[in-house]
Amino acid sequence: MSAPDADLQPGSLDELPGDLMMWVLIVSELLVFGAGLAAFLGVRIADPAGFAEARTHLHPAPAGINTIILITSGFLAAKALEFGASRRTTTIRWSLVAAMGLGGVFLVIKGYEFADMVGNGITTETHPLFTFYYLLTGFHAAHVLAGIGILALVAWKNTVRNLEVGTAFWHMVDLVWVLLFPVIYLLG
Amino acid sequence: MKYQSQKVALAYFAVALGLFAIQVLGGLLAGWVYVSPNFLSELLPFNIIRMLHTNSLIVWLLLGFFGAAYFLIPEESEREIHSTKLAYLQLLILVVGTLGAVVTYVFDLFEGNFLLGKEGREFIEQPKWVKVGIVVAALIFLYNVSMTVLKGKKTAITNILLLGLWGLALLFLFSFYNPSNLSLDKQYWWYIVHLWVEGVWELIMASILAYLMLKLTGVDREVVEKWLYVIVAAALFSGILGTGHHYYWIGTPGYWQWIGSIFSSLEVIPFFAMMAFAFVMVWKGRRDHPNKAALLWSLGCATLAFFGAGVWGFLHTLHGVNFYTHGTQITAAHGHLAFFGAYVSLNLAIISYAMPLLRGRDPYNQVLNMASFWLMSGGMAFMTFVLTFAGTIQTHLQRVNGDYFMDVQDQLALFYWMRFGSGVAVVIGALLFIYAVAVPRREVISAGGAASAPAE
Repeated sequence: MSAPDADLQPGSLDELPGDLMMWVLIVSELLVFGAGLAAFLGVRIADPAGFAEARTHLHPAPAGINTIILITSGFLAAKALEFGASRRTTTIRWSLVAAMGLGGVFLVIKGYEFADMVGNGITTETHPLFTFYYLLTGFHAAHVLAGIGILALVAWKNTVRNLEVGTAFWHMVDLVWVLLFPVIYLLG
Repeated sequence: MKYQSQKVALAYFAVALGLFAIQVLGGLLAGWVYVSPNFLSELLPFNIIRMLHTNSLIVWLLLGFFGAAYFLIPEESEREIHSTKLAYLQLLILVVGTLGAVVTYVFDLFEGNFLLGKEGREFIEQPKWVKVGIVVAALIFLYNVSMTVLKGKKTAITNILLLGLWGLALLFLFSFYNPSNLSLDKQYWWYIVHLWVEGVWELIMASILAYLMLKLTGVDREVVEKWLYVIVAAALFSGILGTGHHYYWIGTPGYWQWIGSIFSSLEVIPFFAMMAFAFVMVWKGRRDHPNKAALLWSLGCATLAFFGAGVWGFLHTLHGVNFYTHGTQITAAHGHLAFFGAYVSLNLAIISYAMPLLRGRDPYNQVLNMASFWLMSGGMAFMTFVLTFAGTIQTHLQRVNGDYFMDVQDQLALFYWMRFGSGVAVVIGALLFIYAVAVPRREVISAGGAASAPAE
């Protein structure tokens, strides 16, 4: 038993970049969003026509722009980590501020989308598609907001380890959006 | 026992075990009413028996937690408890409150009185003066243990334990808020009921279990702490929004069905992690601790909690399933094994560990204690299976076929008889446990001798 034990802990877990707790959080988040998407697809099987109709009320174009914005933001966060290794504090901070700014733009566009939907009288009860739409993209938007806060914290206390923790979270937010976007907005 | 003030725990454990006896005897009585429904119906109606059964359970578990905290905090923070006087005063308040509640329930005194009458909300029926007493006692407790920890060494175990205990006390404040809208009432009611057992109590459970593993297996504190943090993170992540699995049918918006289903499904994870943690620690541990009974209860606790809270909870947590099973005997099956596995066994584990130290004896009477483990756990497992079968049949007859409730109950009689039988086993086990930790004394060890040797 000694060999696998040494692999399991603390060994291999310590080799993860950043903090173990962040990876616990990331795995948990992926489980939640994964389960949400699976439930979405499951319910969709029961009512393909209704889902196809409901989907026409969504806004794929702004969501598509948001995808590009969030990926660019993720790129900037990754650059910040790269600069972190060479301890260029000002550059680190500017890339993170840019990443956070794009996160803010994402939220503004998202807010416009929500406002328009609600303005059209669409609520969580209108159709199951909208229940999932509001829940999943709403939860995700809350994570974008939290992520901006986390990036602000690591821009302030910018050790390499902190940068790893913060950018790992930000990439998770990115990844979740890349999964949500096609499944919710595009799947015909 | 390294610190004199740890002795406070003895009084807490004694009262807790007394109430434990009352709780299981009340359960047995309720089990008998199931097979003979008119039994005592005039003198002591079923709803009162059930109330005594559940309320005494909660109170003795809380007393056990308080006792555990008073026992382990001095050792962890390496100093005496801030004030033993306050600790005894706190116990006194809780005992008076408990007796007051019991007398009020049984004789139905002061019905409808704002301050003195029972309040009628399931599990938080206590008269308002008792609730105030509970809050005062909780404040005394939090002050006492927080002062001890603040002045002493801070460890992950005490931090998590305090977080859990503070959360427990703060959430209880919702019992004073009783909106007239029934949906809102239930919404806040679950802030106590759910966020206790599937939130902050899990923190208490994880930290006490971590303490026991540290002492019993001798694994490095660093390793124990890493597990502890992961378990606690998983418990809070899944448990807080897992509250949604109580919001399916109480008038809250429909999206709770998805929030509740998804997050509460993940509640299995912390319980699985606690089970994995306990077994991995024992495998890795090099210490051969003489207190085998405490180890048995610790491993039993983690295992039965995983099945009772985790697996049996998941069984009916998805809203599509719960639509049919809600409030059937499936719920009773889950409730019994979950409480027994997670919190009863946890308390009995720390009591089994602490009692020999508190009383200056070798970890003795192990055979009796371990026999009581198998008797209680076996009885409880059998009860769970029986109620699960009863619940499955009930769900089909009542919810699928649409038969009348009482007609279905008649068809479940055989299961209720078997449940009563398993209840007898649990009661005998409980009394045997109390006898095993309280009575046998062959060898008393002098203070400062071997008693402190098994400790870290």
